[in-house]
Amino acid sequence: MADASAPLLPLVLENVGFAAGGRTILAGIDLRIEPGPRTVIIGPNGAGKSVLMRIMHGLLAPTSGTLRWANPERRGEPRRQAMVFQRPVLLRRSVLGNLLFALAVAGVRSHEREARARAALDRVGLGTFADRPARVLSGGEQQRLALARARMLRPQVLFLDEPTANLDPGATREIESVVQSIHDSGTKIVMITHNLGQARRLGDEILFVDRGRIAERSDVDRFFRHPATAEADAFLKGELPWH
Amino acid sequence: MRHRPRSLCKILPIGQPLRPPPATVNTLSLAFGEAWAMIARADPKLLEIVALSLRVSLSAVVVATLLALPFGAALAVARFRGRDALVVVLNALLGLPAVVVGLAVYLLLSRAGPLGALGILFTPAAMVIAQAVLIFPLIAALARQSVADAWREYAEQLHSLGAGPLASAFALLHDLRFSLVTIVLAAFGRAIAEVGAVMIVGGNIDGFTRVMTTAIALETSKGDLPLALGLGLVLLAIVLALNVGAHLMKERAQRHHG
Repeated sequence: MADASAPLLPLVLENVGFAAGGRTILAGIDLRIEPGPRTVIIGPNGAGKSVLMRIMHGLLAPTSGTLRWANPERRGEPRRQAMVFQRPVLLRRSVLGNLLFALAVAGVRSHEREARARAALDRVGLGTFADRPARVLSGGEQQRLALARARMLRPQVLFLDEPTANLDPGATREIESVVQSIHDSGTKIVMITHNLGQARRLGDEILFVDRGRIAERSDVDRFFRHPATAEADAFLKGELPWH
Repeated sequence: MRHRPRSLCKILPIGQPLRPPPATVNTLSLAFGEAWAMIARADPKLLEIVALSLRVSLSAVVVATLLALPFGAALAVARFRGRDALVVVLNALLGLPAVVVGLAVYLLLSRAGPLGALGILFTPAAMVIAQAVLIFPLIAALARQSVADAWREYAEQLHSLGAGPLASAFALLHDLRFSLVTIVLAAFGRAIAEVGAVMIVGGNIDGFTRVMTTAIALETSKGDLPLALGLGLVLLAIVLALNVGAHLMKERAQRHHG
């Protein structure tokens, strides 16, 4: 039996494809995700970014190809990776109750749960919100709570699917600083964003996904200065009309 | 059957010609007046029947709810072969006629039936079983529907957290608790208002298995309108009060929890 703290990474995808309803969404994805640098996935709408992330996180099974973690998670073991969605899904209970539920599912012993949950809330500035119903928080607060929940589980890899897409600039900054501190604590960050400024601020390397393929992968400075492919160039020009 | 037919023959007007009550305005208003008076002075006979009705139907709702909610939630969350067929059957059972349930439970509990050894036919316990069987599909089918709807929203998040089907099902039931109360109340309404099943398995024995609906049926056929009307008014008031309560609770909960 693998140690529950055994390293998940690197993650290797070989020739991964995904098709649904007769439509090919991803094809021939070869990808290696290493620990360390923050990976930001960008690309046009419908390129397959979210599907790629869900396959990596195990929410979708690829319809072709293989996906291999260094030490894969097993059924019944606590997860060593977490994901934050564009629209946070919170349970209809208190802010604290949401975190306690996640800890219980992760198999954390009951006497440890509350202290760990409260510490997680304090770190995202939601300490005084513990007893409020989670679903009446503002969008930014809900997303911070979702991040607190993910971080509290101490994942080795954190996937984020456009976590700030619905948020105002102030809330976006708060989320970015939490993501940064999660990275600083040693968690591998893999994030999808449509906000190119955010990709520059938070990314170390860019994965550019276009029409179901990985069109380009390079470090963030090079990607934005000299995109290697015509598709990336067109995408950046479209997204940044002042260039 | 040996020790009961005596009382049964006395109660059920078998073989007697039914006397249709003379439905003049005068008798109606008299009957209403007397019905009100019975309620106002808390007539012991009326109270006894109301109390048994509540006891039987509440027990049936508790039993059916404890079984049907987890069943419905599991049916929404788990994936297995034959699930769709099971859902179709469950939905079809929503329209289960009470008399058919009564007949089935009667056959199960009768002396020659598989559960005849229990000796509970023509007791309140048999009535609880019959009503629980009657409302189980109602609770399970409606709970399955609302859990399945919520599941679409929650599935990815719960999978991502690593929650298995059991933890997911209970988390969803907890999140839907306010809608589920409405379902359970609808089931209670069906249980306390049905007459066919309790008549068959209870036998409508005076002072023992006579509930509001069977009493209303009997008293009406006997022409004793005041008791029938009084019971009818109490039945309406109970069902109305429950629904008002459920509505208010749901409103408040939704304002509070979003």
